[in-house]
Amino acid sequence: MTASAPSAPPLVASRDLPRGKRPARDRGGVAVELWLRSHTWLVYAFLYLPIVVVVVFSFNENSRVTNWTNFSFKWYEFVLNSKEIQRNLLNSLIVGVATAIVSTIVGTMAALGIQRAPKWFRLPFDALTYVSLIVPEIVIALSTLVFFAVTIGKGGLISNLTGTEIGLGYHTIVGALSVFNISLVLLLVQARLSNMDRTHIEASFDLYGTPWRTFWQITFPQLLPAVVAGFLLSFTFAFDDYIITSFVHGTNQTTIPLYVFGALRKGVNPSTNAVAALMLFITLAILLVGQFLLSRQARRAGTAGPAGVAGMIVEQQGG
Amino acid sequence: MTARVSRRSSLLTGVLLLPASLWYLLLLVAPIIIVVVFSFGNSGATGGYAGGFTTKNYGELVARNIDPFLTSLRLSVVGTILCLLVGLPLAYYIATRAGKRKGFFIVLLVIPFWTSFLIRTYAWLTILGPEGLAGFIGGLIGDDSWRVLGTEWAVQLGLVYGYLPLMVFPLYVTLERMDRSLVEASKDLGAGRWATFRQITLPIALPGVITGSILVFIPMIGEYVIPNILGYGRVFTVGSALVLRFLEARDWPQGSAQAVVLVAIMLISVTFYVWFINRGRRTRDVSML
Repeated sequence: MTASAPSAPPLVASRDLPRGKRPARDRGGVAVELWLRSHTWLVYAFLYLPIVVVVVFSFNENSRVTNWTNFSFKWYEFVLNSKEIQRNLLNSLIVGVATAIVSTIVGTMAALGIQRAPKWFRLPFDALTYVSLIVPEIVIALSTLVFFAVTIGKGGLISNLTGTEIGLGYHTIVGALSVFNISLVLLLVQARLSNMDRTHIEASFDLYGTPWRTFWQITFPQLLPAVVAGFLLSFTFAFDDYIITSFVHGTNQTTIPLYVFGALRKGVNPSTNAVAALMLFITLAILLVGQFLLSRQARRAGTAGPAGVAGMIVEQQGG
Repeated sequence: MTARVSRRSSLLTGVLLLPASLWYLLLLVAPIIIVVVFSFGNSGATGGYAGGFTTKNYGELVARNIDPFLTSLRLSVVGTILCLLVGLPLAYYIATRAGKRKGFFIVLLVIPFWTSFLIRTYAWLTILGPEGLAGFIGGLIGDDSWRVLGTEWAVQLGLVYGYLPLMVFPLYVTLERMDRSLVEASKDLGAGRWATFRQITLPIALPGVITGSILVFIPMIGEYVIPNILGYGRVFTVGSALVLRFLEARDWPQGSAQAVVLVAIMLISVTFYVWFINRGRRTRDVSML
C-alpha cells in the first residue's frame, strides 16, 4: 500500500534510520501531540463557555445582564416566586414524566416483541422506527398538528362523529412527543437484548421456571440499565422540547421551554438566565442520578458494561 | 400442546407490539399520509385544504420558495464538514491519548449533549451580542454597528455547537476499537504520519464518519430553533418557511409540499452520501472531503 504512494519514503523502519534524520521526525511528533492536546482543550472550552456564562450571570445582581456588580440570588427568588413560571415548570414536569412513562413502557414492550415477530412484520416495523428518528422534528410537529386538527379539532372527523371536541392538551403533547421517544427506548433496549447472556434464561427454564418468573427474575434485571437510561433520556427530551410542544399544546399547557423562547423576544435578561440555569440544573441532576443508579447496578451485577448512562449513549450512537 | 403454546406465544408477541404499532400508525404514518395528500391538493379560500389533485404546489415551490431550501442545505453541508473537522481530532485524542481519563472526557461530552438544547443555544446570545464578541470585534475594526447575531455566521456557529457531540460519539467508538498495532506496523514500514493517517486511521474511522455525518446532517437541515434564536428569524431556513406557510399563511397544501420535499431531500442525500463513501472505499480513494 505504502509503496504505491508516490511520496512514500523507502521501506525502512524508523528506528533503523540514520541518527541524523530522527530528531526532525520527533519534532514533528511533538508538534502533532501538542496540536491534538490543545485542540481537545479548546473544543471543551467551546462546549462549556456558553453554559458557564449563563450560570455565572444568573447570579448577577445587576439587571443589565453583562454588567457584573454583585453576587445575588435575587433572580432565583424572583423566578421561583413567579406564579407563571411555577405553572410552566409544573407543566414541563407533567409532560416529561408522562412521556417518559409512556415511551418506556411502550418502547420496552416493543423491543421484547419485535425479536419474536415474523419477518413480514419486522421489516416495515423497523423501517417505521428509523423513519420516526429521521423525519425532522418540525415535520412531525406540523403533520401531527394537522392530524389533530382534522380528527379531534374543531369540525374534525372524530369531533363531528361523537359531537364532542377533544382538542389540544397534555394528551396531544405526550402523544406526539412519544413517537420519537418510543423509538429511542426501543433501540436502547434492543441493543441490550442482543448483548444479553442467554445461558441464565436457559438455566431458568431447565429448572422449571415459568416464562413469567424467568422474565422478571432473569431478563428484566439485565435489561434494567437500558430501561432506566431510556426513561431518563425521554424525560429529558420531553422536558426540554420546544418545537413539538409549541405546535400541539393547548392554551393551558405552556411549558418552560416555551416560556424561555417567548421571553427571548423581549431580549436576554437576568431572570431568563436564572430560568435557564434552573433547567440546566434539573437536567444535570437527572443525568447524575442515572449515572449513579446505573453504575451501582453494574457493580452489583459485576458486569464491566459501559459506564452508566453516558457509556450507553455513546455506544448507542456508535453502533 | 405445542399448537396451543405457539398460539399463546404469538398472542403475546401481538400484545407486546400492539401499542407501539398503534402509535406509529396513528401519529407517524397517518400524519405523513395526510401531508402527502395535502401537498397535491388545492388551498381553500380562507386557508386550509380544499381537496382536488394538482401538482401546482410543487411548481410554485420550485418557482418561488426554493431559497430557504438552498439556505438550509448550505448551512447543514458546511455544518457537517465543520463538525467533522473539529470532531475527528477530538475523538482521536480521546480514543488514543486519554488513557485512564477516557471516561472523564466522555462524560464531559455527554453533559452538554444531555443539557437543554434550547438553553445552550440561548446562551450564545450574551456571548455573541453587542456587549460580547460583536462589540469587541466591532471595537477592533472601528465599526460599532458590527453584528454577528442575526447573520448566517451565528446560525452556523450554533449548529456546529449544538450537534458536535453527535459527531464525536460514533467517531470515538470506531477509533477506540481500532487495533493500534496497525499504526505501529505502518510506521515500522516507514510510512509517514500523514500516510499512516490517510491509509490506516481514516479507513478504519470511516463507519464512524458516515454515522456521525448522518447524525448531524439530518437534524441540521430541519433545524428551527437555532435559526430563530441566533438568526433572529432573518436567516430564513426550511424550518421557518414551513412554520410560516402552515401557521401564519395557513396555506396547508404549499406547506405540505415543502415538508414532503424536505423529507425527500434528506432521504436522497443520506442515501447518496452512504453510496458515495462506499464507492470511494471500494476504489481505495478515501479522501472523502
